[in-house]
Amino acid sequence: MKTTKLIQVGRRLAQALPSVFGVIVISFVLTRALPGDPAVYFAGDMADKDSIEQVRRALGLDRSWVEQFVIYVGNLANGDWGMSLSTGRPVTEELLNRLPASLELTLIGLGLAIAVAVPLGVMAATRQNSWVDHLCRLLVTAGVSLPTFFTGLLLVYVFYYLLGWSPSPLGRLDILYLPPPQVTGFYTIDSLFAGDRETFIASVVQLILPAATLALFALAPIARMTRAAMLGALASDFVRTARANGLSRRVVLSTYAFRNAALPVLTTLGMVFSFLLGANVLVERVFSWPGIGSFAIEALVASDYAAVQGFVLAMALLFVCVNLAIDIILTLTDPRVGLDD
Amino acid sequence: MQRYLRHFRYVMGENPVTVFAFALFTFIIFLAAFGPWITPYDPVATNAANTLQPPSWEHLFGTDHLGRDVLSRVIAATRLDLGIAISAVALSFFVGSALGCSAGFWGGWTDRIVGRLSDTIMAFPLFVLAMGIVAALGNTVENIIYATAIINLPFYARVARAETSVRRNAGYVYAARLSGSGDVRILATQVFPNILPPMMVQISLNMGWAILNAAGLSFIGLGVRPPDAEWGIMVAEGANYIVSGEWWLTIFPGAALKLAVSCFNLLGDGLRDLVDPLRRT
Repeated sequence: MKTTKLIQVGRRLAQALPSVFGVIVISFVLTRALPGDPAVYFAGDMADKDSIEQVRRALGLDRSWVEQFVIYVGNLANGDWGMSLSTGRPVTEELLNRLPASLELTLIGLGLAIAVAVPLGVMAATRQNSWVDHLCRLLVTAGVSLPTFFTGLLLVYVFYYLLGWSPSPLGRLDILYLPPPQVTGFYTIDSLFAGDRETFIASVVQLILPAATLALFALAPIARMTRAAMLGALASDFVRTARANGLSRRVVLSTYAFRNAALPVLTTLGMVFSFLLGANVLVERVFSWPGIGSFAIEALVASDYAAVQGFVLAMALLFVCVNLAIDIILTLTDPRVGLDD
Repeated sequence: MQRYLRHFRYVMGENPVTVFAFALFTFIIFLAAFGPWITPYDPVATNAANTLQPPSWEHLFGTDHLGRDVLSRVIAATRLDLGIAISAVALSFFVGSALGCSAGFWGGWTDRIVGRLSDTIMAFPLFVLAMGIVAALGNTVENIIYATAIINLPFYARVARAETSVRRNAGYVYAARLSGSGDVRILATQVFPNILPPMMVQISLNMGWAILNAAGLSFIGLGVRPPDAEWGIMVAEGANYIVSGEWWLTIFPGAALKLAVSCFNLLGDGLRDLVDPLRRT
């Protein structure tokens, strides 16, 4: 039994390889689709003829497409994702420096959304046509069409300008505080490690609005899926049998219905994460959050192509990893997965 | 036809929300078509003496930091926003149905290549991919349209493929083949018209998302250039003023955007009920 699971996990890992390959191919095409001569762009504004030639040779632009692709993949594997023109430092370094800020925001946003949406969906399904169900439907309908950047600005207006409850929407910490010594790069966790309660509170306060914005955005699909999956599970034969056998409502709901409903919800989480990575860029722009989204926007404005393409590639690889993780969790927890192949 | 109309009226009667969505849709189309003639002021005319005025009877939605009338700009933006979304959706509809139909009809290698292509696009966070495409192709409105079309392509290809492969062996396909039609002819005249209803639902559901996507791109400074009026860029311009309380710069274009997106989503749900009563939620 254990070995078949291992084989299945191995197969999932192998199935991710084509995705990674496809992502790299598209990213390669995007770097070569630049208007005009890529060598001129990557050499920078100050470049003379010789250095453009040098860059052309370094990028392998004088060779065939296949050779160029092999060189490109080799460079990526060596961690050479190009130099950021606007900061003059390697793209990988810039991205890695800013990744914790974005991850902290995205994960907390996602966590908040799950914490609200899953119970809401379950309650809506168990009490159909009650006020919870109507609330759920309202949130789902309203949430699907929310422009994240607009929600963010609305929250800023209400909670910063009108009520004055939240600090100014500028970055991860108020300027009065110093960032905690870096361990994980997550300010909330790092400040706890450093035992600095004040900084911890300051970083949490700063996180609330942007995380809530992301959560509002992610709420709708999760709640909708939970409700639908719970309804499906509650209507199934095994729940009827469990009820007929006189099991308590609690056991029927949590053990029989919810466990089965959790699987499709987990699958939707992958899609939600993809949307969150996009929404994250907009939210970072609204709250001046110093993450990779803001970095990408700055790079876009400065026509810093290597940085933008590095950002796109990094996000895609991150998303492939998340999907892979979800797949593996599904494989390990759902005994039905892989039975037919 | 009569039956269809009766069904239409039944679905509309069942769901007042759909009626509202249809009304809103007509209104949005009206604004997009006649916007330039009904704006009270010139949407790009600046007035240095009248900047950042809150809403009043003279300027219902107030004026922005350059003294431009926000109401006029919100109305004028409808055409641009809708234009971008409709062009993008039309592009991905045609390319996507062509790819999906051939994949579903012929199967084999065509199917594998199309499937792999849409999987690869879906392997990216879509908004991020759109950013990358616009960065690579150049920062123009046309490229926003192409980027939005590319990221929506998989959805159409998948629906078209699924619907085609179900109908591949339908009786009317055999009949058409017996009467001497070739594959392409069968696809165009027999299969495609039959998969149109589910594709229309997809279009309507997708339209809101396309608008949202385009507005998001211009919010971060891609595509539409100031002083052109567009909802996303108006919200971006207003973002600098909302911390000091000038809310009307952001709220009105944002609300217009939200309304348009909701309208298309509700319409999509209504259309789905119309086309496929079984899938009602």
